[in-house]
Amino acid sequence: MSDMEEGRVLPQSVQQSAAAYEVVREAFGPAVSDFDANEFMPFFEVLETEKWQDIALFMRDHPRLKFNYMACLSGVDYPAEEKLGIVCNLESLGVLGHRIAVKVKCARNGGSIPTASYVWHTANWHEREAFDMFGMQFTGHPDPRRILCPEDWEGFPLRKDYAVQESYHGIKVPY
Amino acid sequence: MQELGMAEQGSIRVSRKDNNVVVIEKDLATEEMVLSMGPQHPSTHGVLKLECLTDGEVVTSAEPYLGYLHRCFEKHCEMVDYPGIVPYTDRMDYLAGMNNEWAYCIAVEKLLDIEIPRRVEFIRVIVSELNRIASHLVAIGTYAIDLGAFTPFLFCFRDREHILSLLEWASGARMLYNYIWIGGVAFDLPADFIKRVSEFVDYFRPKAVELCKLLTENEIFVKRTKGIGIMPPDVAINYGWSGPMLRGSGVQWDLRRNDPYSVYPELDFKVPVPDGRFSDIGDCLSRHIVRALEMEESLSIIEQCISKMPGSEGFNPRSAVPKRVRPKAGEVYGRAENPRGELGFYIQSDGKSTRPLRCKARSSCFVNLSAMKDLSRGQLIPDLVAIIGSIDIVLGEVDR
Amino acid sequence: MTFSAIPLISPPFLMGNNLNAWSEALAGLTISWFPLGLVIIAAIPLVFIALYALTYGVYGERKISAFMQDRLGPMEVGKWGILQTLADILKLLQKEDIVPTAADKFLFVIGPGILFVGSFLAFAVLPFGPAFIGADLNVGLFYAIGIVALEVVGILAAGWGSNNKWSLYGAVRSVAQIVSYEIPAAIALLCGAMMAGTLSMQQISVLQSGPYGFAHFFLFQSPIAWLPFLIYFIASLAETNRAPFDIPEAESELVAGYFTEYSGMKFAVIFLAEYGSMFMVSAIISIVFLGGWNSPLPNIGALALYDWTTGPVWGAFWIVSKGFFFIFVQMWLRWTLPRLRVDQLMYLCWKVLTPFAFVAFVLTAIWEIYVP
Repeated sequence: MSDMEEGRVLPQSVQQSAAAYEVVREAFGPAVSDFDANEFMPFFEVLETEKWQDIALFMRDHPRLKFNYMACLSGVDYPAEEKLGIVCNLESLGVLGHRIAVKVKCARNGGSIPTASYVWHTANWHEREAFDMFGMQFTGHPDPRRILCPEDWEGFPLRKDYAVQESYHGIKVPY
Repeated sequence: MQELGMAEQGSIRVSRKDNNVVVIEKDLATEEMVLSMGPQHPSTHGVLKLECLTDGEVVTSAEPYLGYLHRCFEKHCEMVDYPGIVPYTDRMDYLAGMNNEWAYCIAVEKLLDIEIPRRVEFIRVIVSELNRIASHLVAIGTYAIDLGAFTPFLFCFRDREHILSLLEWASGARMLYNYIWIGGVAFDLPADFIKRVSEFVDYFRPKAVELCKLLTENEIFVKRTKGIGIMPPDVAINYGWSGPMLRGSGVQWDLRRNDPYSVYPELDFKVPVPDGRFSDIGDCLSRHIVRALEMEESLSIIEQCISKMPGSEGFNPRSAVPKRVRPKAGEVYGRAENPRGELGFYIQSDGKSTRPLRCKARSSCFVNLSAMKDLSRGQLIPDLVAIIGSIDIVLGEVDR
Repeated sequence: MTFSAIPLISPPFLMGNNLNAWSEALAGLTISWFPLGLVIIAAIPLVFIALYALTYGVYGERKISAFMQDRLGPMEVGKWGILQTLADILKLLQKEDIVPTAADKFLFVIGPGILFVGSFLAFAVLPFGPAFIGADLNVGLFYAIGIVALEVVGILAAGWGSNNKWSLYGAVRSVAQIVSYEIPAAIALLCGAMMAGTLSMQQISVLQSGPYGFAHFFLFQSPIAWLPFLIYFIASLAETNRAPFDIPEAESELVAGYFTEYSGMKFAVIFLAEYGSMFMVSAIISIVFLGGWNSPLPNIGALALYDWTTGPVWGAFWIVSKGFFFIFVQMWLRWTLPRLRVDQLMYLCWKVLTPFAFVAFVLTAIWEIYVP
């Protein structure tokens, strides 16, 4: 949180995350944003979206990071910024034990994010779900299909401006 | 996985370690048949569809198709206020409603930063550990059915019935409880509930042993599951596996221990992992054993809770329940150890609304199932069934 | 009163002698040239077994499984649900007889028929008592083994004709399984035949008669007879597609195997055939190894248990109870054990049962030649 009191001692887990962030910052410099050290979900943002795959691989393999476990990947809509994004909750499971969240954003219309599914297998289905619900493309995704909605569903349901289609195969959709 | 089978165009080689039986080894290209397993199939545990390419009995690839039970949980979350989401979470993993509610409440409570009364925490632990046992009983029972043993299934359901009655007594519902609320629980435990729970614990201990004798030590059961669907630990982590699946691969990882919440740090329990003596680490049998052992750990957790729980004098289960849930702006990822693994809720709040801006459920089954395609490659159809069963999916949670 | 007077007033005696006389009288009943009496005698067990198989086999299975699983089982229709199967039959009779559009109609219809005929033809040579036998063929055992193989054709017809991938899988598995398991089964029965020196089922039974009851049974006549007995029992489970070898109809894998598409009366017929062959293999194993219609009770001094419990009706009683017993064991196994995998099943057949069957065969031959 930006309005966090200065001088307040951060919880240990956030300190660990901050230390991990410094490693990323060192390697990628301006490609990543400043660290948001809130205590609910400390995160940083990848500003240069196209570098996300490199950052992901770096975060997984760097001996001081070892983020081997992607707990969650959530698609998010940012209508105010005209952007879509993903929030990845990463964790170094069983190795270093620290956690961090990474945000990656792309343009709302026709935007794309490099896939992380080669870095973490689990991102495969999560990204398919994010695409299904928000419509951002994941470049290089091995299987870019919808996952929960039917293949021929129109629109992306979790976008804030989503309007449900009138009929689907002759079935009236809005109720 | 690597040693178990590979299927390439034109050559199929499936070798197996047990008894050194080489099942199929040939270099002839035969025509593959598309076999649609599901969405209505006895062993897909709901409406999962696996589109298998089969060469005889060998499944060369199996592609899962989901979404038949998609009920727009995340869309609903944006429509209702924070407490109103709790009943929806029940309907995700309908076999472990308590655990789902709790995971969601943990996320919201983290965002609200509220202090939970101690007795509430103990009540939550007791009901969700009971629910964990119930859920594992279903997992083990249906797994037995998948492998053709009917009787353990009914034994499991008989014992699960006791738990459901207990939870019904506490919450008023048998499966979809809406019992754990943000900041508290709906009602205090009924009088004598604790006594009945300890009776159940005493009743269930020998039953768990009986179940173990009937199923886990059964030679045929071991033959069907040992060495099948092996998942190495690093791949399991990379796939985001959690819960009994990950522990089955030998990773001693339990959120109750490794990212402790509630009163779990005060409780003494083991995190069972296979030691490789009875099963090959990471195979279907290991996952089954982990579930079986976890039931006993849950029993001991419940016993400890009963002895440590503060009394109900002057206790109001809703004392910390906020009148109106309106968290400050921010994001949170809260998670809890569910019977099926890590259930996480990513919640985004704008600080103004009583509804979340975004609520994403990271469901453990969804993530665990995503490894299905890799696990099923080059397996026999009966092994495919064994693998699906060992993943223990609840389609309500996969599709949400 | 002396001990010798007891047989005169005991019910077994009455049943024994009077019914013997009665059945002999019936056997002699002919209308001009037609041996009506013999036909009736032959038909009684068939009708009885058919009725049993359909109603009480199913009912028993449901009750036994319920007992093993802490349930009640059927309780609604009649006292203790005893009429449940009747209600089920009525339901199945009323159901629409569906033939899937894409099915091969001829094969689809004829499949259950062949199955049924195959499983019930073997009843012709089963001796249900000294007098009750449909056809006392001199190659009875051979005929029984052979005619059961007809079922394979029915299963394949049903599975192929359904035009359903699961059915086809079930049928292919079933054929592979039944054909494979016939080898150890036949060799195991051959051991019994070797001990008897005949293939006639009636002769095999007669040879196991004697005042010492069970001691005359082939199972106890040779120290190695338990081996073919066990092999045949295991193989018979596989031949009738019972657990743990119910791979062809493994409902968690293949939905219902070769009869996935069947409904109504055709389904009932397949079901009936399954229970029929269950009883058939149980009867064969009792005849070859456990004396068939012979009473297992020995005469102990003045307690002439064997004599009291011997006679045509007693014979039928014994063979049916032995059959019941093996069916019970089959059910017991079914409700206890998980299912084997296909390759494990074949492994068991070709690498375990068949070699052991040969060993049993050789040992039995040695025993028969060198030990009187």
